[in-house]
Amino acid sequence: MLKINNLHVSLEDEDKEILKGVDLTVDAGKVHAIMGPNGSGKSTLSYVLSGKEGYNVTDGSVELNGDDIMELEPEERAALGLFLAFQYPIEIPGVGNMTFLRTALNAQRKARGEDEISATDFLRLVREKAATLKIDSDMLKRPVNVGFSGGEKKRNEILQMAMLEPKVCILDETDSGLDVDAMKLVANGVNALRDEGRGFLVITHYQRLLDHIKPDVVHIMADGKIIKSGGPELALEVENNGYSDLLDEAS
Amino acid sequence: MEAGDTLQVKDGVDQETIDAVKEVSTYKYGWDTDIEMEYAPKGVNEDIVKLISEKNLEPEWMTNWRLEALERWKKMTEPKWAMVDYPEIDFQDQYYYARPKSMVEKPKSLDEVDPKLLATYEKLGIPLKEQMILAGVEGPADKPDGERKVAVDAVFDSVSVGTTFKSELKKAGVIFCSISEAIKEHPDLVKKYLGSVVPVSDNFYATLNSAVFSDGSFVYIPPGVKCPMELSTYFRINAENTGQFERTLIIADKGSYVSYLEGCTAPKRDTAQLHAAVVEIIVEEDAEVKYSTVQNWFPGDENGNGGIYNFVTKRADCRGDRAKVMWTQVDTGSAVTWKYPSCILRGDESQGEFYSIAIANNHQQADTGTKMLHLGKNTKSRIVSKGISAGVAQNTYRGQVNMHPRAKNSRNYTQCDSLLIGDKCGAHTVPYIEVKNNSSRVEHEATTSKVDDDQLFYCRQRGMGEEEAVALVVNGFCKDVLQALPMEFAMEAQQLVAISLEGSVG
Repeated sequence: MLKINNLHVSLEDEDKEILKGVDLTVDAGKVHAIMGPNGSGKSTLSYVLSGKEGYNVTDGSVELNGDDIMELEPEERAALGLFLAFQYPIEIPGVGNMTFLRTALNAQRKARGEDEISATDFLRLVREKAATLKIDSDMLKRPVNVGFSGGEKKRNEILQMAMLEPKVCILDETDSGLDVDAMKLVANGVNALRDEGRGFLVITHYQRLLDHIKPDVVHIMADGKIIKSGGPELALEVENNGYSDLLDEAS
Repeated sequence: MEAGDTLQVKDGVDQETIDAVKEVSTYKYGWDTDIEMEYAPKGVNEDIVKLISEKNLEPEWMTNWRLEALERWKKMTEPKWAMVDYPEIDFQDQYYYARPKSMVEKPKSLDEVDPKLLATYEKLGIPLKEQMILAGVEGPADKPDGERKVAVDAVFDSVSVGTTFKSELKKAGVIFCSISEAIKEHPDLVKKYLGSVVPVSDNFYATLNSAVFSDGSFVYIPPGVKCPMELSTYFRINAENTGQFERTLIIADKGSYVSYLEGCTAPKRDTAQLHAAVVEIIVEEDAEVKYSTVQNWFPGDENGNGGIYNFVTKRADCRGDRAKVMWTQVDTGSAVTWKYPSCILRGDESQGEFYSIAIANNHQQADTGTKMLHLGKNTKSRIVSKGISAGVAQNTYRGQVNMHPRAKNSRNYTQCDSLLIGDKCGAHTVPYIEVKNNSSRVEHEATTSKVDDDQLFYCRQRGMGEEEAVALVVNGFCKDVLQALPMEFAMEAQQLVAISLEGSVG
């Protein structure tokens, strides 16, 4: 489904390589977790995959369901089914949360040659999805992420994900800044979206999120590369021993 | 289902914004209408002024009023203090009067109006034909969601081509007609009020307008009457090299209410065209007037050729106690805008509000704002200005707040936000604040921000195209002002915001 092949990326405005040959394949129906110390390139990977400016891809390729996406605009990647849950969701003053959602959904549908969703269908859908994430109607009306608490912002990301029904979901440190209850809520939201046609790439520092979102595969990333892959037990190993053993092992 | 109700409205709006962006790639109203025109010779002098007056079959007092204005104007010079830069205007190289030949004999009803003219207005989406509106709409109260009934006065180049719903308005005692008609039919009202808010000697452009204005709209709302529908004027400049000088006079007598909408378009021309209008509003005791403008004159092409030079004087005088006036304007058009809709808060406890969105893209220049002159006690004013600059445009907010010694316990709040798109445009804020008593309060808040790359990336990651994302972010920025507009105008304004910013990114 998502196939990253020998991906090399450097910063656009300084000659610094961040990703140094990432190989990773996420199959449909699977949850892959990426763990790693600060500065290992995890967030860069999520930005590069979703098409943020400021990076040069110097080598390698990324395919989404067989399409090479590295030359595509961010919105084209989104329409193909790529979704990024932001570590720091962005505030858009004056734009109602619901307006934002509907504009995004219809933009994607249009790009795929589908009809726009009717107001009634949209409303029914958004209410249904919001309820499971304990998002009330007030939060749906407020401007996008403005004045939202950390937990509200992350739940809002998951709501967007649920509404847009992407093929590949990248979650960039979705657990950061969340208390245990909020994390459970977010994890439940993610788990509800797990199905055979959808792949997940969950980026996190901590094992605790993976207690709630059970990964199929765990990758350890360090210095711009995947240094080790394994089952869920790998995450536990990191939790108990930290990264240093793995780093030593790799070098 | 409260949430549902609000959403449906908002959804409709967004929908159209997006459609408009997709469908319209350039200035939408840029076509011209091939109608035989009758011109007065170029230039302005006594003969031209007399000719205009004669064409409108005006009484002598009006002709003299104009001639006095012309004499004053000859001694005046163009103001240069605004932050706008344009080539010298040769005022003698303009036509000051043009009208469709079919209007030489003024039509008695809309049926007699040249169908080409009606077709023009239809193309603009204006429901001019009374019958058509009546066929679709029962009454203002019966159709809360649908098209509200709006009475329209349409001005084509120099001449009013028709006013709708006249008879229904007459029943309520409301007078809504072209100003040329008012001069003939209601001379006492015109004599009493014309020039009483914007004096003949006010400023270069207003004085020119006083001499050569060819038509415009007139509104009188009698005491205690709430105008049964919104009144609207559409101005269109069609003829080339022609200045349009319209004059609007609105009188809201004691305890009355009216909401007035003004829309403007012009064809694409590669030469600049002049527009100098005057709007005067008189608000008596306990009366309220809302005046909304969507100004979409041709802004010139992306290299700065052509476009409308828009020099407008708009002023409201709250003469009575507790009088209220609200200006709302969305300016996306014109190559040069020079406009400061103002409020004279003369009556005690009178209130003035000014909500403005000014967008300048490509080579557009806007110097716009307001004046709040607090003369009465306990008067209040509120200014919310949103300026958006893109391309190489310059956008200036210029506002004056003046608290007279007598204006005890008065208050003003000003919020002035500028948004920049790209790094070649400019935003300027020039507030003038003068307080001459110590019980009044003046607050001024100003912000300048850029359309944030992170916001655009966020929108695009969710699937929106870049221009759609910009339109969404900018519409959010303008929300406070868009909310102050009547619903149908708000929708039009949202679309305009999107259209006028096309090509501003990427």
